[in-house]
Amino acid sequence: MIKRILTTGNEAIGHGAIYAGCRHFFGYPITPQNQCTEFFAREFPKMGGVFVQSESETASINMVYGAAAAGVRAMTSTASVGFSLMQEGISHIAMAELPCVVVNVQRGGPGMGTTQTAQMDYLQVTKGGGHGGYRNIVLAPASVQECFDFIQLAFYLADKYRNLVLALSDGIIAEMAESIELRTLEFDPLPEKDWALKGKAHKGGRRDFISCSNLLTRPTRDGLKVLGDKFHEIEANEVRYENYMTEDANFILVAYGSSARISKEAVDIARSEGFKVGLIRPITLWPFPYKPIRDLTHGKKFLVVEDGLEQMIEDVRCATEGKSEVYFLGGTARHLPGPGGMIFPDRVIEEVKKLI
Amino acid sequence: MAKSKGEIVISEQFCKGCGYCVEFCPKDCVTIGDKFSAQGYQLPIFANEEDCTACAICGKMCPESAIEVYKFIS
Amino acid sequence: MKEEERGKIKVYGRPRLKKALPLMYCPGCHYGIITSLIAEVIEEMGIEGDTIGVSSVGCTFITTQYFDLDFIDSAHGRSPAVATGIKHAHFGKPIVFTIQGDGDLAAIGMGCIINAINRFEKITTIFLNNANYGTTGGQLAPTTLLGQKTTTTPDGRDPKTAGFPIHIAEFLSNLKGVAYSARCAVNTPANYNRAKKALKNAFQKQIDGVGYSIVEFLSACPGSWKLTASEAMKRIAEDMIPEYPLGEFKNVERII
Repeated sequence: MIKRILTTGNEAIGHGAIYAGCRHFFGYPITPQNQCTEFFAREFPKMGGVFVQSESETASINMVYGAAAAGVRAMTSTASVGFSLMQEGISHIAMAELPCVVVNVQRGGPGMGTTQTAQMDYLQVTKGGGHGGYRNIVLAPASVQECFDFIQLAFYLADKYRNLVLALSDGIIAEMAESIELRTLEFDPLPEKDWALKGKAHKGGRRDFISCSNLLTRPTRDGLKVLGDKFHEIEANEVRYENYMTEDANFILVAYGSSARISKEAVDIARSEGFKVGLIRPITLWPFPYKPIRDLTHGKKFLVVEDGLEQMIEDVRCATEGKSEVYFLGGTARHLPGPGGMIFPDRVIEEVKKLI
Repeated sequence: MAKSKGEIVISEQFCKGCGYCVEFCPKDCVTIGDKFSAQGYQLPIFANEEDCTACAICGKMCPESAIEVYKFIS
Repeated sequence: MKEEERGKIKVYGRPRLKKALPLMYCPGCHYGIITSLIAEVIEEMGIEGDTIGVSSVGCTFITTQYFDLDFIDSAHGRSPAVATGIKHAHFGKPIVFTIQGDGDLAAIGMGCIINAINRFEKITTIFLNNANYGTTGGQLAPTTLLGQKTTTTPDGRDPKTAGFPIHIAEFLSNLKGVAYSARCAVNTPANYNRAKKALKNAFQKQIDGVGYSIVEFLSACPGSWKLTASEAMKRIAEDMIPEYPLGEFKNVERII
């Protein structure tokens, strides 16, 4: 019997975390992700889970660092500004190779920006954000169902690679409601976390030491090789994307998250008017689908739809290797001047007609 | 020779010549010697053995835990 | 006459939980003595099997290597948050302690520890006050004494420009979540023994779930004070203790 509920993106993340077996959440209030934090505050105590509200995002990411080091599935959720406060902690998590999940609901930036939706953090989340050149796996849900599913996928990938996995949402995905199916996703079995800190008595007297630095654990060069090899393995195995009507298309939209939903509708409308338009939707923003985009380049034009300033377009240009024209439709195409504005499908079509 | 109650062994590997053992021994049993360790630290020596009472103050005050203290039992 | 055959027993040596490694501390650094104290206390209290240490950034960063205990290092000033994560990960079962220097706890990490206490975490913090940033060569710290020369107060700490020494043990003892707060030193054998009792009290508060516990140690730093070990030792009694009196500032059996 399929169990369905009507819920928002923010709360779907909470349900997904429960289905993933996560029982530890550390967070701090920030719009537009508060319903996510509040979900855990309400639900976890009822099921023997732990909810801790910290004094800052800097503290909550370090609590995740500690809980992940102790071997449990732990997570936090935040929004742009708060995510910036987590960068040092995330860099330490990367070096210590601690599996955990962070949810980042994008809002307008830079600075205090706005509390409403935007897609202005692509470069921060995919190119590091903190020091040291580490990589976070970044999943971009474009529906409330994907918010639910991707958290389970995120915890699996985090444990599989001992790497932080980021779910990148935005103000629209976070607060829109859709009916979703509550289901447990199946994954391959994972090894025990025998490296985790539990106290010697729980490991036959063996002491373990986890470090956010190579200084004391391994030569720097070895550390670089370990991380480098891991990132290459993830790039080789974990790229995810969706092609929508790209087979015969001569004009391809490239968009993720809420902009992908808008672009999909634009494709349908354009098709009904006889325009051969398609969409490729990156699902993993890192590892980025370079090859799948390159496979589409011969004789096609691209339009990147991203609600902000030009960011993902840089990776699309890399992917096309100069073989295609690549255009951009961003935040300046919003229907309202104020923070509540959005890019609508007919605006996308208007741009397509100019460029096709 | 008066019967001393205890003796200490100072590890040349760990000692850094800080002199706390010399300073805190209540019976002045330890003095700075003229020998240097491999790392170049001037090593103390257990000079006045007969006064040692095995109180272990030298061991406790040694940051490097370089001193072992033994007590003689008849 | 051959001296009568006399056996001998070992009455003191390296604490079992203090690993047999050359310490990366400067000659005469009190961190080494305090490391022995912590190792002895944890062993004598029989909690080594459930104890997890969280070190911080500064000379405490390397203490992770000297304990035969589960240990983790953490970002500068964040060990109380890391400790919170670990403590709750196992639903309060492990004994978790942070070991932090004065720059780490009282400067960059002040907000972190105050909030950990105010959240009523049951964690123990061992705070090593050597009145400067030792690792980085001896800069001004929040606990630097008035008039004390450091590499960033070359003419001595002037309150008009660099503020006042902060008294952590008293300051934090005012927070409701604190069950035990004391300041100790290891500059004399008597203070060594008092410090051991204080550490046991602190860990016991955590074991009994009474509240947060802090033990501040005044710690000689010959390297960055640019003194000999003996001069640095003397400075504890002559300069540090007058500014930072030793004693217990809070010791309660119940908070709620």
